[in-house]
Amino acid sequence: MDRSLEDTLSDEIRKLIIIGSGPAGLTAAIYAARASLAPLVLEGEPSSTTDQPGGALMTTTEVENFPGFPDGIMGPDLMANFRQQAERFGAELRMEKVSRVDLSSRPFQLWVGDPDANEPTYRAEAVVISTGARPVMLGLDREQELVGHGVSTCATCDGFFFRDHDIAVVGGGDSAVEEAIFLTKFARSVTIVHRRDELRASKIMRERAFANEKIRFEWNAVVDSIEGETAVTGVTLRDVGTGEVRPLAVTGLFVAIGHQPNTDVFKGQVAMDDGGYVVTTPGGTRTDVEGVFACGDVQDHTYRQAITAAGSGCMAAIDAERWLENPH
Amino acid sequence: MANSVETLSTATFDETVSSADVPILVDFWAEWCGPCKAIAPILEEIADERGEKLRIAKLNVDENPDIAMRFDVMSIPTLILFKEGTAEARLVGAKGKGQLLSELDPHL
Repeated sequence: MDRSLEDTLSDEIRKLIIIGSGPAGLTAAIYAARASLAPLVLEGEPSSTTDQPGGALMTTTEVENFPGFPDGIMGPDLMANFRQQAERFGAELRMEKVSRVDLSSRPFQLWVGDPDANEPTYRAEAVVISTGARPVMLGLDREQELVGHGVSTCATCDGFFFRDHDIAVVGGGDSAVEEAIFLTKFARSVTIVHRRDELRASKIMRERAFANEKIRFEWNAVVDSIEGETAVTGVTLRDVGTGEVRPLAVTGLFVAIGHQPNTDVFKGQVAMDDGGYVVTTPGGTRTDVEGVFACGDVQDHTYRQAITAAGSGCMAAIDAERWLENPH
Repeated sequence: MANSVETLSTATFDETVSSADVPILVDFWAEWCGPCKAIAPILEEIADERGEKLRIAKLNVDENPDIAMRFDVMSIPTLILFKEGTAEARLVGAKGKGQLLSELDPHL
């Protein structure tokens, strides 16, 4: 957090601060920068989950469904393009994570670093929330301590270490199936553990999974516990129908059972639904706080695609621009 | 002149780590790992700031799998802090600079 003293003490009130730098935040930045709002993007900090600068696509390999790239593009490359395009029009990007916000009065106040500091780090007339969502872990004993010892939060980072291993992926949606298919490049077998008797994933992904000889399925099953002292040696599965338990010998465990929005820092400040997603006006990006807008996965548990996130980022920038012209 | 991040390989790893007279932090990384690339500039900054008190080196696990295997690295980035040739602390996963330093400093 190298900011000059002068900068830190500045009374400057920025027109627009965008929190988060996935497809939603960076598209908002492109549009806001072109509208001469000189947006500041607080990108977040490095992590091995999707909660990182660049967002969920940073841990994805090939993106095949983003329009304009007929041959596909690697997730991190796509995000590097987004970033470059935002910077080209004058958006300022900082690799900082917001630790506290005060949206109760205007200008809005934002802190990075020490959340207990008296003075906020930044002030802004308008704020766009685009902090995305992160994968939910299983919440089992020992899961956290075995991260890096068989439990992985990043298949693209860690697949390499499971060459010729038998591993498991938990989940039945597109993320789970994509991870499983990716991991077959390394593993001897990949078992998809899913609590239902059919995959929720899209048809094209289901067909690829069923056609892949290395992929096996454990239907109607959940992971009850993770075995292994210093590294994963297996998991215990429980049949959701009969309650019967059975062991599955795997040395790797990848979890893709769903997402939770990154909204902890906004709790009590903007309206959220029961799942913690920011509530926006139907067909728009306004939150219940005038001057605060939300876009991307942080307010969308329905579509959750890079292209819909980008689309809503564009909407948030336009909504913010119009609101700044005529605040009320 | 800024202290820079050294590059280790299977050939140089043992000699470098055992003969280091200050703690040496080894970053196990690979080209395909996005979070590894994200923390690289942070490690450069820390190397600059800590100067002579801490050496920072990186080891490509793709090119040097034997060293990664010897230390049971199964997730990258993994940072291992060696003191007098012994692995003293291990940090798994990419983190921001503040978090990295707060986990590292108790061992320095």
